[in-house]
Amino acid sequence: MPHKVISLISVGRHPQSGRSRRADQDSRAVELGLKLAGTDLDVVHAGSSEEPVLRQYAGMGLPKVTVLEQAESADALPAISSYLKTQQADIVLTGVRSESGESSGMTPYLLAEQLGWPIVARVADIVEVKDGEAQVLLALPRGQRRQVTVKLPFIASIDNAAEAARQSAFGPGLRAKMEAQSGSTEEDSVRVNWSEAPAKARPKRLKVVKAKTAADRFKAATAKPQGGSGKVMKNESAQEQAQAIFDLLIEEKIIR
Amino acid sequence: MSDIIRRDPRAEWIMRNRLHPLHDQYMSQEEGGEVRGPSGLIRKFPHKVGFIGPNGIKRIDRLKGNSSAPKGKRSAAAQEVQLPLHKVDSPDYYIMVVADMVGGRLTGHDKDILGLAHKLIAEQGGNGAVVAVCFGEVKEENFDTAGVDRVLHIEGEAFEGYAPEARVQALAKVEAQYTVKHWLFPDSIHGGCDLASRLSARLGERPATQAWQVNAEQTVSRGASASLDITRQTPKILMLLEECADAIDETRHEATPITLDDVAVSAATIKDKGLMAVDPNAIPMAEAEFILSAGNGIHNWDQFHEAAKVLGATEGASRVAVDDGFMPRSRQVGATGTWVTARVYIAVGISGAIQHMQGIGQVDKVIAINTDAGCDMVKRAALSVIGDSEEILAELMKLAAEHKQTSLSDQAEENSNAA
Ligand SMILES: Cc1cc2nc3c(=O)[nH]c(=O)nc-3n(C[C@H](O)[C@H](O)[C@H](O)COP(=O)(O)OP(=O)(O)OC[C@H]3O[C@@H](n4cnc5c(N)ncnc54)[C@H](O)[C@@H]3O)c2cc1C
Repeated sequence: MPHKVISLISVGRHPQSGRSRRADQDSRAVELGLKLAGTDLDVVHAGSSEEPVLRQYAGMGLPKVTVLEQAESADALPAISSYLKTQQADIVLTGVRSESGESSGMTPYLLAEQLGWPIVARVADIVEVKDGEAQVLLALPRGQRRQVTVKLPFIASIDNAAEAARQSAFGPGLRAKMEAQSGSTEEDSVRVNWSEAPAKARPKRLKVVKAKTAADRFKAATAKPQGGSGKVMKNESAQEQAQAIFDLLIEEKIIR
Repeated sequence: MSDIIRRDPRAEWIMRNRLHPLHDQYMSQEEGGEVRGPSGLIRKFPHKVGFIGPNGIKRIDRLKGNSSAPKGKRSAAAQEVQLPLHKVDSPDYYIMVVADMVGGRLTGHDKDILGLAHKLIAEQGGNGAVVAVCFGEVKEENFDTAGVDRVLHIEGEAFEGYAPEARVQALAKVEAQYTVKHWLFPDSIHGGCDLASRLSARLGERPATQAWQVNAEQTVSRGASASLDITRQTPKILMLLEECADAIDETRHEATPITLDDVAVSAATIKDKGLMAVDPNAIPMAEAEFILSAGNGIHNWDQFHEAAKVLGATEGASRVAVDDGFMPRSRQVGATGTWVTARVYIAVGISGAIQHMQGIGQVDKVIAINTDAGCDMVKRAALSVIGDSEEILAELMKLAAEHKQTSLSDQAEENSNAA
């Protein structure tokens, strides 16, 4: 029995031009969904069905996109969570952080809490789904991967390390069906009190020298930071030298 | 009055020796002490400064005892300044800082956040304490100077490794047991962000993510892929960007351990199967943790590639190696190549030209293998071995192979013991 996979999509923002686009992580999530479920993948967006960006997602080979019709200021969470409750989904895929709006990355966590499902964050790949369990690869810093297994149903947020999304084809995207359902009308009441402004450049941290005397400050400004070099092994045999390097590698836990 | 200058060697000696108990007395005698003019102003006689040095030359100490140069043995002992201790007795509330503790030690990010926690306490007033909450193995020794009033180390097998579910249950328990004013997390890929989001969802709090300017009332955080600044009231849970505040560096703190009652951890739905072996050359070089880099001093390239494979290192190269066609351009480290952030960087036969050094500025430990003990790479390196690269790499590969063998047989032994 194929598993039911739902992928949540949002409107992205191009980092340079600021124009709307398909969001990077969300489209990677759709790509992964297509790998897992083929065209049975259910792609869900909470917002307006008139949004042109949805066609860019649909152009990845989706016959239809489910849209939970709601105003822009409405909270997307109740609509999505009540939609998910009506579906018997096994896997729900999202991005780690949206590219527009608050970008808090809380959506998958709140959904998981409401549905009582586990969530795995920063997924690079879902290798296999078998016997009610999925084998998932998590993306760690420095290109490392961790393998975990998680019980179905679960929510996964997809990292940039996942496979890149395929190109979007314009024609099929235009022909895809937008299935609108009514979404929520709940306003995000907390957010109304926030003030938003274009991001200011963050000040670079200066290296402040807390010196008491002029001589100290002068020295801090002029002295080379690295004075003495480390240990130098000159006359030892090659074997001893290699041993010293190897010991350092073990001490640094490079070699286990 | 005779013209002969009569020297008093003892007085001179005392005046030269600023540590002599009578020094001040003689100096003020020489300078005549404070002289006041008729109007009451202090008058200085400009020719009467300084003292005559041992070779009869006049010396003027313009530093007035403020010199930074170590003054003999006495100051060497006094160099270890004991920072003032910041004490918090029976705090009214706590600010919990859940540190990333990468490799068991506080990261720079963690320390910035500890600094911010103290800033928040100073602004809010009251008797607050900063708690560092840590999981897993802890190797940090300097909690006190990083600004940690209390340490809450949550230990237990359930919290080891990748266990976000168990950890969030523990944090929820902390929330129930202590009066927590704020939860501060690093907004990092080391797990801080994940844990914070889980806790927020569990507690039903709305967190501020990517916060970078925080005071007791207001928080400015980034939104819409860092193109927007959102200003809001400071919430209870904050995920903070790097450099959100300055780390503590002028006080010492108690770092007293506190405890948590037993947490009933429910069975995990996410099971950790450990780290995967990844192809080191598939990792982007800028992110790689361990780089073996080749320069003009490599003559046996097959051996170099073999060594990188055996050691599990990502390969790098100097520009000469790339220009000569031995390595692809994408492997070049340096000003016109990649700037790497490795923890350990082995430079084999690289002289250390400035263009190359720029690329390894952020590297923690450099190991140099070179025939020339005077080259710049040796000056930069934490460990340098002087010798032929081919010989040393061969020995290194032998050691690595031996190590693999013994650890494999150890494992086999363990398995057979267990069986
Ligand atoms: C505009 C500009 C940009 C540049 N950008 C870069 C850059 O991005 N990256 C970069 O790397 N360079 C760059 N360079 C080149 C740089 O100036 C140096 O020429 C280069 O880094 C030297 O490479 P090397 O250390 O491998 O070679 P060399 O300087 O020839 O050093 C070889 C070293 O190997 C040692 N050696 C020789 N035989 C052995 C042996 N058998 N065993 C052990 N050691 C041995 C020698 O003692 C010597 O120290 C740039 C130059 C310019 C002008």
